[in-house]
Amino acid sequence: MTNVVEVRHAAAGYDGREILSDVSLSVAPGDVVAVLGANGSGKSTLIRTVLGLVPLRRGEIELFGTPQRRFRQWQRIGYVPQRLGAGSGVPATVGEVVASGRLARRGIFHFPGAADKAAVREALSDVGLLDRIGDPVSTLSGGQQQRTLIARALAGKPDLLVLDEPNAGVDAASQEAFAESLTRFAGAGGTIMLVLHELGPLRPLIGRGVVVHDGRIAHEGTPPEPAGHHAEPGHDHVHPHADEVKAGICEWAPTERTKAY
Amino acid sequence: MELLAYPFMQRALIGALIIGLAAPALGIYLVQRRLSLIGDGIGHVALTGVGVGLLTNTSPVLTAVLVATIGAVGVELIRERGRTSGDLALALLFYGGIAGGVVLVGLSDDSSNSNLMQYLFGSLITTSVQDIAVIGGLGVAVLVAMLALRPALFALCNDEEYARVSGLPVRTLNILLAVTTAVTVTIAMRTVGLLLVSALMVVPVAAAQQVTRGFRTTMAAAMLIGVGAAGAGIVVSAEIDTAPGATTVLLALVAFLGATLAATVRRVLVRRSHPPVAAEPPDVVLHG
Ligand SMILES: Nc1ncnc2c1ncn2[C@@H]1O[C@H](COP(=O)(O)OP(=O)(O)O)[C@@H](O)[C@H]1O
Ligand SMILES: [Mg+2]
Repeated sequence: MTNVVEVRHAAAGYDGREILSDVSLSVAPGDVVAVLGANGSGKSTLIRTVLGLVPLRRGEIELFGTPQRRFRQWQRIGYVPQRLGAGSGVPATVGEVVASGRLARRGIFHFPGAADKAAVREALSDVGLLDRIGDPVSTLSGGQQQRTLIARALAGKPDLLVLDEPNAGVDAASQEAFAESLTRFAGAGGTIMLVLHELGPLRPLIGRGVVVHDGRIAHEGTPPEPAGHHAEPGHDHVHPHADEVKAGICEWAPTERTKAY
Repeated sequence: MELLAYPFMQRALIGALIIGLAAPALGIYLVQRRLSLIGDGIGHVALTGVGVGLLTNTSPVLTAVLVATIGAVGVELIRERGRTSGDLALALLFYGGIAGGVVLVGLSDDSSNSNLMQYLFGSLITTSVQDIAVIGGLGVAVLVAMLALRPALFALCNDEEYARVSGLPVRTLNILLAVTTAVTVTIAMRTVGLLLVSALMVVPVAAAQQVTRGFRTTMAAAMLIGVGAAGAGIVVSAEIDTAPGATTVLLALVAFLGATLAATVRRVLVRRSHPPVAAEPPDVVLHG
């Protein structure tokens, strides 16, 4: 079977700076892969490169067996960004934001039909926010906003979900709610690639972890035991901000939340 | 009111009503993207187009559309690259636009001060039959594009990267918005004037969102406020003999104040009827 995501010797970065120098990674159908690493190690850059948001400098990327440049079946991918873009000037309801998730499937010249509306409601009830469909997103809590973004991705009925730190700064109730959503999605055969800062309630779901370090995949395998390799001394010189280093020095280190498992 | 019996007044009114609808329909996307002032900049650039038209004895509206479009697409290309120097490049473009316009208009045969003022601040008497045809055609095109592509443009302006991953033709849509901005600026220049054109894109949206909760309702309300202010602006300016553009913008600002007041009153009433729940403020602000 063709892999959902295939990355071979990829290099990518911004302006003069190369962030990823040689990354190879395969995600097979049904996999749940966690991308881990310290703050600033390039986790977001990796998934953004996979999605074509950061230009590939060297190497190859295939999505569902098609070279990324020629890939057009975007309705098969649901993306949950780490944070939203600049568009915050005008109010929008939860329903309107989630409805954007239908565009890839519907095309830009069509107004939403019954199937689109049903999919939006279904996605919102999946993340437990159906009752907020008409509320402005600005009135939701951080966790509820994050769930709105997940609903937006789910509304397109994708085969692959790509999430960037979906549980960062999110209340426990919301973490549980989208852990359930992701579990249902994976249970139905969906493929998930997600950047995680801490495992939290998602831990049972993760089939494999890849650790990004120094522009490469430094470690790959079943989630390592707490206190992973990159707590080593000398590691922190790659991090520009000392306070971030403390928070992100080891994603697998035991914290209040991960200890429970 | 009997002023409306004059054909030139009717033309001015028709032009203003079209612009009153089209400008906020476009403006809402610019506001959503926090580019509220872009229309103003393109207005500066359009003045150079007016100068070119006057100097070469071609229709200033036509040359202004062309020059403003080139300027707007240029601005979009700078924005797309996302360089910090973009800010400075925009400033250079805008000042170059207005300075070039003033010099070119001055060089033309038709270089009276009042002529320049008409383009900068609008006038009731300058809208010719031919102008009205251009304004009508282009205005309807802008309206149709902004309404028909609303889901795609909303997604684009709300989250450009997400739009990209949805497979939307992001660049084409961005260029479309740029061209539409240029067109709207130019067709509004006759009645509202280049210096106030941007206000008609932004102020009705700002007013509407004081009382609305969603994007679609904001768009509808903004168009209503825009068309109301533009229509009333023409009538009032004719009655009390003021500049139509400035009058329209003041009326739109009155709508903004009214909406803000209404929203405040409503909040107070809601608070009275529902004692405050100890809700935590959102710790992450999601935009939209
Ligand atoms: N748009 C950008 N332009 C320039 N540099 C960037 C950009 N985004 C991220 N970076 C830099 O790339 C590095 C990796 O960032 P990122 O992939 O966001 O890390 P992570 O998600 O692992 O915290 C960081 O040093 C960051 O400063
Ligand atoms: Mg990141």
